[in-house]
Amino acid sequence: MSPFLQLDGLVKRFDGTLAVDRVSLALERGEMLALLGPSGSGKTTTLRLLAGFESPDAGRVLVDGEDVTGVEPVARRFGMVFQHYALFPHLDVGANVAFGLESLGVRGAELDRRVAEALALVDLTGFERRRIGQLSGGQQQRVALARALAPEPKVLLLDEPLSNLDPSLRERTRHELRELIRRLGITTVLVTHEQEEAFDLGDRVAVLRQGRLEQVGTPDELYAEPANLFVGGFVGRSSVVPAMVLGPADAGNEVRVAIEGVEWHLEGVGAAAAGPAELLLRPEALRFGPEGPGALPVTVLASRFVGPGALFATATETGVTIEVMAPVRSVEPGARAAIMPSRRAGGGIHLYPAGA
Amino acid sequence: MIRRGAAKLTAGVLLVLLLWLVVYPLVLVLLDGVHGPSGWTLEHVREFLARPTEWRALWGSLWISLASVVLAAAVGIPLAVLFSRYDLPGARLLGGLVALPAVLPPLVGVIAFLFLYGETGFVSLLLMKLLRLRDPPWRLEGAGAILLVHAYSMYVYFYLFVRAGLAALDGAQLEAAASLGAGRWRTLWRVVVPQLRPALMGAALLTFMTSLASFSAPYIFGGGFRVMTTQIVSTRLNGENELAMVETVSLTILALLALLLLRETAPAAERGGGRKGAAPARIPIRRPAMRWAMTALAWLLVVILLLPHLTLLLVSFVPVGTWTTEPVPPAYTIHNYIALLRDPVRVRPLVNSLWLATAATVAAVAIGLAGALVAARRRGRLGRVIEGLLALPWAVPGTVFAIALATAFSVRAPWVGRIILVGTLWILPLAYLVRNLPITSRAILAGARALDPALDEAAGSLGAGRWRTLRQVTLPLLRPALLAGGSLAFVTAFGDFVTSILLYTYDTRPVSLEILSSLRSADVGVAAAYGVVLMIVSGSVFALGAERPDRGGPAG
Repeated sequence: MSPFLQLDGLVKRFDGTLAVDRVSLALERGEMLALLGPSGSGKTTTLRLLAGFESPDAGRVLVDGEDVTGVEPVARRFGMVFQHYALFPHLDVGANVAFGLESLGVRGAELDRRVAEALALVDLTGFERRRIGQLSGGQQQRVALARALAPEPKVLLLDEPLSNLDPSLRERTRHELRELIRRLGITTVLVTHEQEEAFDLGDRVAVLRQGRLEQVGTPDELYAEPANLFVGGFVGRSSVVPAMVLGPADAGNEVRVAIEGVEWHLEGVGAAAAGPAELLLRPEALRFGPEGPGALPVTVLASRFVGPGALFATATETGVTIEVMAPVRSVEPGARAAIMPSRRAGGGIHLYPAGA
Repeated sequence: MIRRGAAKLTAGVLLVLLLWLVVYPLVLVLLDGVHGPSGWTLEHVREFLARPTEWRALWGSLWISLASVVLAAAVGIPLAVLFSRYDLPGARLLGGLVALPAVLPPLVGVIAFLFLYGETGFVSLLLMKLLRLRDPPWRLEGAGAILLVHAYSMYVYFYLFVRAGLAALDGAQLEAAASLGAGRWRTLWRVVVPQLRPALMGAALLTFMTSLASFSAPYIFGGGFRVMTTQIVSTRLNGENELAMVETVSLTILALLALLLLRETAPAAERGGGRKGAAPARIPIRRPAMRWAMTALAWLLVVILLLPHLTLLLVSFVPVGTWTTEPVPPAYTIHNYIALLRDPVRVRPLVNSLWLATAATVAAVAIGLAGALVAARRRGRLGRVIEGLLALPWAVPGTVFAIALATAFSVRAPWVGRIILVGTLWILPLAYLVRNLPITSRAILAGARALDPALDEAAGSLGAGRWRTLRQVTLPLLRPALLAGGSLAFVTAFGDFVTSILLYTYDTRPVSLEILSSLRSADVGVAAAYGVVLMIVSGSVFALGAERPDRGGPAG
């Protein structure tokens, strides 16, 4: 089956700088994709290219096999929820939601019925005659969603939909948003700079950096198999340590890696050409242990309680900081300790060629 | 970027229209000054440079304008602080009343001063009676009289700008300064004044340009004292047209130089990083005696500032020829107002001013709207050029523009864009239109810039085309800005004197000219009645334009 929504080699320059650099993505019908990246990574521009507010310098957007690159936003039938909602302040809630339906020629009782339906979807039944200024931030966000959904768009675009909400509201709204979109089965692209939001809402997550697509995958794929240091660092907690690959070990698929002169034997960590490299270490892939061969001496700087255990910040002799997840009070801040891969390693440690 | 073609076309048409109406007439004036019947010549320029009277008029314009800035600031700033920082009983009402000189069109303000402080005005007559003087204690004439009127009519700029600046301050900043150990004076100098600088510079610029272009006060009170605006009109009446062109050019250059100089030194408004808190609370006055004294002072100031309005109202009820030497008019009648409504000769100027101002306002709002939408949405050079052209007439005194339009549109030469409008119905609305473009488009542009561009995109993504978006989203949201811009345009045009005196015909004579002729035939009651009508219409239209949107604030 061919994908429902396809971004094919999109390129966009602003005053000579590349904002979006050959981004290609494909979504199945009903799939929800999160575009994740730091500010300036091109995720919002990608969304605006999809919506038609910007036209790409190269590349195409296809919906159901049909090229819509040259189609104006007015005719594209993509629903969009804007970061600051862009609700029309002079119109009441009902008129805002009716706006897109009127464009389709819906009138009279049919219009009222569909406005009411859309408001019911976001749990705002009976809010038709409220003024926008009377609504709380969370209610405004839901009106924006109802307005985008009412004309039954082919694709729903969400630009940082939760960023303007109080943190206390954000998680609940996120769950509601996810349930609603799943239930409607609408193909959705979402822009966010928060990993948690992307992981919770996206069936798949596309990580962008400086306009380029770094990796696309399900949340667990991104966490378990980050394609590079950037993705590994952006997704989940990790420490990066310079290392030297010495070569294959005698036994099995293990690789011998030296960190500040201490030799670790690691399995299933990726590229293993001898030479300088960088190690990405998840805190849960490390443990404290007795000093001896294979134990990296560190100083414990601080600890932070995080529920199932504590996160310990440590520093090696050359000053590289490494985070370790361990039972509470395993070591005391200020003490000397030694760290090594935990026995259940096999995930959580990744090797990348230096300078990548 | 969407709907590129239509936007480009609008911008192009607008550019041509503005070049034709704003730039072209000024260029023609410049050319006429250096072009005689026998070809190019610098004769008129030499003549201008050689005459001491010309230099005196230019110097007069300059120093009167500078002095007006100082005086207007000296009156307006303390008033703004008094009425917006101190907690006086009725401070809000008094603060509003103090802004009322703004509803007096320039000529009306001048005649009100004449009735009040002139040789046969209330105050002079009262003093003569009290002190048993045989002659009036002063003559309301010359530079002093001009400055008095300027200070009175222009302090409002400083008052309103500083008041807005004070209201825009964050009260928490003052508290922060106090918690950091800064006393009242240090807070004033280090926190308040620096943030008021843009407001002060803006008011100074506005006052300077307005008094440089001022015509009514020098025309009525100048006597032997000439400034360049009155000099131009008298040179033209003498028939020395080419010399008048050179004078016009000299005044334009002075205005543009001042604008450039002040623009350079004016700091850009700095935007704070965080969110703005509430405006600072008013300072309570605790000692009862002090509170009484300040309240009494505030009322006294308000009464003094409103005396011209009251005078005008009183004189408008004086029957013709009955008030000569008494300090207070002996008889009253409403006949003057009845004449305004019944006598066809008296009704005509009112009707004229109404339709002339309405036509000019509609056109100014339409052009201002198109210009604002182009300039707000296009960051390119074209947008900036159009914004500049819309603002240009502001820097050029009204007298200059009247002369320029009279020059450009008195020749029939359609192939170079010149048609005959002088002597027709259309020259006055055109002149009002050009003069009003800057204030109207500025108000609308400010509104357009404040609109969230995402609203347009939201309408687009909901399938609304260009017209539906304009009609249902952009125009309703711009309503306050359109009303504000339109009311400013209407008030200016309705009371206009400076361009009208050079361009009117008997059939299109506006109210201001009728006031002047009533005054000359010593019919002060009718002149005042016209003045009251102008004042009330201006005030009502201002009130309409200041309508605040009572609807929900913008989202997000």
